[in-house]
Amino acid sequence: MSKGILVWAEVTRENYLHPVTFELAGKAVELASKMDETPVIGLLCSKPNLIGEFKDAFKHNGFDKVVYVAEEKLEEYKTDLYAQAAIDAIKTIDPEIILMGATTQGRDLAPRISMSLHTGLTADCTALDINEDGKLAATRPTFGGQLMATILSKNSPQMATVRPKVFRPNYLDSEKDTIFIKHGVDLSNKNSSIEILDFKKKLCSDINDLDSADIIVAGGKGMQSKEGFDLLRQFADKLGGSVAASRTAVELGLAPQQCQVGQTGKTVTPKLYIACGISGALQHVVGMENSEKIIAINNDKDAPIFNVADYGFVGDVFDVIPQLINSL
Amino acid sequence: MNIILCIKQVPDTTDIKWTENNTIQREGLESVVNPYDVYALESALDLKSRYEDINISALTMGPSQAEKALRKVIALGADKGILLCDKKFAGADTYATAKTIAAAIKSKLQDYDLILCGQFAVDGDTAQTGPGIATFLDIPQVTYVKEIVEYTRGYVTVIRETDEGLEKIRVKLPAVICILKGEFETTRPTINGIIRAQKSKILKYGIDDIPLCPVETGLKGSPTYVSRAFRALKRDVNCKFIGDVKELVQVINSVRGKHE
Ligand SMILES: Cc1cc2nc3c(=O)[nH]c(=O)nc-3n(C[C@H](O)[C@H](O)[C@H](O)COP(=O)(O)OP(=O)(O)OC[C@H]3O[C@@H](n4cnc5c(N)ncnc54)[C@H](O)[C@@H]3O)c2cc1C
Ligand SMILES: Nc1ncnc2c1ncn2[C@@H]1O[C@H](COP(=O)(O)O)[C@@H](O)[C@H]1O
Repeated sequence: MSKGILVWAEVTRENYLHPVTFELAGKAVELASKMDETPVIGLLCSKPNLIGEFKDAFKHNGFDKVVYVAEEKLEEYKTDLYAQAAIDAIKTIDPEIILMGATTQGRDLAPRISMSLHTGLTADCTALDINEDGKLAATRPTFGGQLMATILSKNSPQMATVRPKVFRPNYLDSEKDTIFIKHGVDLSNKNSSIEILDFKKKLCSDINDLDSADIIVAGGKGMQSKEGFDLLRQFADKLGGSVAASRTAVELGLAPQQCQVGQTGKTVTPKLYIACGISGALQHVVGMENSEKIIAINNDKDAPIFNVADYGFVGDVFDVIPQLINSL
Repeated sequence: MNIILCIKQVPDTTDIKWTENNTIQREGLESVVNPYDVYALESALDLKSRYEDINISALTMGPSQAEKALRKVIALGADKGILLCDKKFAGADTYATAKTIAAAIKSKLQDYDLILCGQFAVDGDTAQTGPGIATFLDIPQVTYVKEIVEYTRGYVTVIRETDEGLEKIRVKLPAVICILKGEFETTRPTINGIIRAQKSKILKYGIDDIPLCPVETGLKGSPTYVSRAFRALKRDVNCKFIGDVKELVQVINSVRGKHE
């Protein structure tokens, strides 16, 4: 029997559990089924009293056990204090695999943990599997998304981070008998080396919430101008969707950075992704290829975007999109 | 203030060519200084322009050609270059890289206040080396830093950009700070800089100069290994081309679950 797969439960500033926690849990349950009696364990480090609010969520997402550290000093995320709490708990749990979100928190904390435990960490994975030797095979893009590498770790725990939206949560209708265990860590005479003086919430551009959009209308250089993006906005509004962009469109100032999809932007997984005037460079494709359906509109019939699209329309976006707006 | 700037020489990922076997053709691949390390340099130069007695030592672990990258950043304004180069260092993953760099800093460059790294290296994009160096030196780290706002005795104040917003953080020195793209004008090499870069003597250290054994460095000292590398696969679909807008409207409506 193995000691388990540990999933880092990320608490956001606003004290909710980051959805990536459940996406990872879904994957952990799948991986555990390929291993020998392997429990899926959540690790929550937070200020006191939060665990109660999250219990139901843990029970419905397949966790066998949740270990939690609840300390006043963990009120806000601070690398050093969180690392100390997490490492202490992990040493007790002694898991075989640790999965964390590739969020700014996860990518700050995970290397601190892996280096302290003298083990390997694979960042920003797009696929996880258990290989024939029972080891975690973590696949990630490298070289700007052009090469995929499957990475194994010689040491244990084997660690990986995964971006939000790469996996899907596996919500259970029934409750699981999750065991909750409090883990005490004494942080009383430990002071953080950092002090958070101020925090400004990110101003999201209008209603553009790419993370949860079911429909995304994305524009590239082929949309040519800000007016072109206004047209996309109308198109998206008609469909109840959000607007995204390629990096070139962002660099040309046609759309804000928050809209960028791809290797250096967001990963999105809507039900429908409509790529307008986007050539389909690999760095763009890695951010949208897990969409359920992809439609591409491009005036070049050989554009690589058609290799990843379910449906293609060869034509001028300025001719097609107004017609679509009128008839949808 | 003494700054150690960690830089990495990376292949120019915009210019990748493939062999017939879908492996990257490495011959003739141009090398550049990792763009995020150039942003880190720009932050260091910005500090230098605002405060007195700022010293920038650029450090890289890499093959002997990496000396070129050090001279490049000296031409852009760094004061000196340090190359960690040894056959025993080759093949290191981020764990072994961070351990080796930290060991060199601890044994050869004790007198430092700030270690600057890029947030990512564009070839690997792991963002682990900076936090790793901080862990091995047992000093704090601040990642995703957009701007270094202020330096006061023993502390720097930075703006950190997280998924949720902007944090203003004061961190005790010495610390590792990992830099995102900032809002600087791109620095260009000056004639004086280029001359200085040519004349500069690059300090070189190998395995015998640092307190680590060969099994702790390079491929041997790396807990991870690549079991398979392959060209990114295209989505496994066959594109259905649509001839007229009416049909396209139907497709969009059916995907949305709306039937008319
Ligand atoms: C390290 C690295 C990271 C990167 N990260 C990202 C990333 O995160 N996201 C990203 O998107 N890119 C990224 N890129 C850039 C990427 O390689 C491409 O350059 C970019 O995606 C191209 O954007 P585009 O498709 O809008 O522009 P182009 O490649 O110029 O394509 C424009 C397309 O529009 C079509 N077109 C033109 N006019 C019309 C018209 N009137 N009607 C219909 N079609 C028309 C053209 O046929 C063409 O196919 C990255 C690159 C590197 C090196
Ligand atoms: N071989 C190296 N030598 C010096 N610095 C490095 C090296 N590798 C990575 N770094 C530093 O660590 C940062 C992050 O790299 P990475 O962890 O590879 O994404 C880089 O931007 C550099 O500042």
